[in-house]
Amino acid sequence: MKTKGKFGRFGGQFVPEVLMPALEELEQAYERFKKDPGFKAELDYYLQDFAGRPSPLYFARSLSKKYGLKVYLKREDLVHGGAHKLNNTIGQALLAKYMGKQRLIAETGAGQHGTATAMAGANLGLNTEVYMGAKDIERQRMNVYRMELMGTKVHAVTSGSQTLKDAINEALRDWVANVEHTHYLIGSVVGPHPFPMIVRDFQSVIGEEVKYQIMEKEGRLPDSIIACTGGGSNAMGIFHPFVSDVDVDLIAVEAGGSGLKCNDTAALHSASLSVGEEGVLHGAKTKILQNEYGQILESQSISAGLDYSGVGPELAYLAETGRIKPKNASDEEALAAFHELSRTEGIIPALESSHALAYLAKAASELGEIVVINISGRGDKDLETVMKMGAVA
Amino acid sequence: MNISDKFKELKTRGEGALIAYVCAGDGDTPGIVHALIRGGADIVELGMPFSDPVADGPTIQASIQRALDAGMNPDKYFEMVKGLDVDVPLVVMTYYNLIFKRGLEKFVKDCQDSGITGIIVPDLPPEESEELAGYCHEHGIDLIFLVAPTTRGNRLEDILKKGTGFIYMVARLGVTGARADISESTKELLGRVNTDTPRAVGFGISSGEQAAEIFQSGAEGVIVGSAFVDIIASSEDVIKRLEVLAWEIKSNL
Repeated sequence: MKTKGKFGRFGGQFVPEVLMPALEELEQAYERFKKDPGFKAELDYYLQDFAGRPSPLYFARSLSKKYGLKVYLKREDLVHGGAHKLNNTIGQALLAKYMGKQRLIAETGAGQHGTATAMAGANLGLNTEVYMGAKDIERQRMNVYRMELMGTKVHAVTSGSQTLKDAINEALRDWVANVEHTHYLIGSVVGPHPFPMIVRDFQSVIGEEVKYQIMEKEGRLPDSIIACTGGGSNAMGIFHPFVSDVDVDLIAVEAGGSGLKCNDTAALHSASLSVGEEGVLHGAKTKILQNEYGQILESQSISAGLDYSGVGPELAYLAETGRIKPKNASDEEALAAFHELSRTEGIIPALESSHALAYLAKAASELGEIVVINISGRGDKDLETVMKMGAVA
Repeated sequence: MNISDKFKELKTRGEGALIAYVCAGDGDTPGIVHALIRGGADIVELGMPFSDPVADGPTIQASIQRALDAGMNPDKYFEMVKGLDVDVPLVVMTYYNLIFKRGLEKFVKDCQDSGITGIIVPDLPPEESEELAGYCHEHGIDLIFLVAPTTRGNRLEDILKKGTGFIYMVARLGVTGARADISESTKELLGRVNTDTPRAVGFGISSGEQAAEIFQSGAEGVIVGSAFVDIIASSEDVIKRLEVLAWEIKSNL
């Protein structure tokens, strides 16, 4: 037996024994179907005609003028469902169908992944159930309703911090009990191998499109690419096709919350890549927020989608080797960027994406001449949160 | 006494082993451990509480949360175990991140120093266990692996080769938690897991009747957790009732 799915010393498979055969089955199925012309054609069809790909690469005139460089926005907010999440859920749901599984389970923080799973499940005729922290259900009511409209059962998770971390625990427990006929549709580049690889591959369509779109528009690659990073699926998706293009700076912006501090049980941020320590959470060795004994700290962010105590193992590896630069933006900075994009470009970004945008405002002079920012999702789901924050900044 | 010697002793007496799990720090742990042993527990598995116990069901997760809220941590755990004056093998069950964070070698040494003779890590499959196994071997600590109903072929062979102490056989798919039915998969699993290492069946066992059934199917022991933890959670007459339940199960083995 060989240890599989490592990125340097990160990654691996740290799961209950019951799941090990399922991971093996999934890996074999993925290796087989990703080369299968029928599978590929069907996936392309769904991405194009159901999801609405390719998403535009939009030249943001006002932002460019304000910050003195060429700012391009990758418009994942225009993908069906309002976020990049569908690229992965349609891929995995199709894979599950090819594997003969009848049921999908997923966990969701902001509800974007849950919604995208509900869409894929409804479209492909698979029973779908989603676990969501009770606190996140409060923050993201509309997404819960959207999931229910599409026939998905949403389970409220009341254990622990009642956010994504605990929803993942519950989804894992469900999978342990129902592994024979259920596919656990993980929504980010996290979890045990082969999930970080599969999710990255399905999301790489973002970066691949950026590559030819920017060549068409500028005739060269960008100087920098910025993406927000919770688990890191939109970041890995846009970064991955550029990893070997070493002249392109890859900047992963984490949720700085209300400051990079923590106490014994909770962090005031979600910046596991920037300040987390090596550890094992949810099936993989990666950078995590933990205390001196290895207990996982609850994380915090204005954005439910970034509010996670870990990060994808490949990002941990790329950060350690210096290929990507982990940065962070606070709740306040993200909120300011949210308002700025809404007013200057007429695009209301997700609070997740607002963190990536905030970094433009913080470090415009260090980004070169051409920068691409991944607008991973639209902000409709966050309006209630933003309204509660009070007056327009 | 180590785990192998305990199983040998039980074999000569024609008995099956009762392995009792409780989470350290949930209630009066020394009192609880002694009650279980008085009732007949042959091996005590002491959980070291971890914040994100994905292999455990609601009963044990709640126990773990109570222990964490009461301030249990790995330092206090080893100190407490050191103070236990017991003559049965003690096993620590915890999740890998606590071991990793403490340092693998230090963790194993702390086990040795405090009188723990075995380690169970439900989220550490054999593929990832080489380094920890090395330290366990060096310090004479058993590394106990789980076998699930889904484990087959080369993986099963490998686990049987690597596991020492006993093989922890997961009776059914799912997380820990007391259940009325013990699935047919237990018997099927026992039928195909042939090894000289003792086999103990866990997950879902809560009564003497179930224990008897499993023992008669050929297992060398049973592991009971949630049924004991239920008693601890009730806070009523805990010590007496733990002793009685342990006795009820053990008398069927």
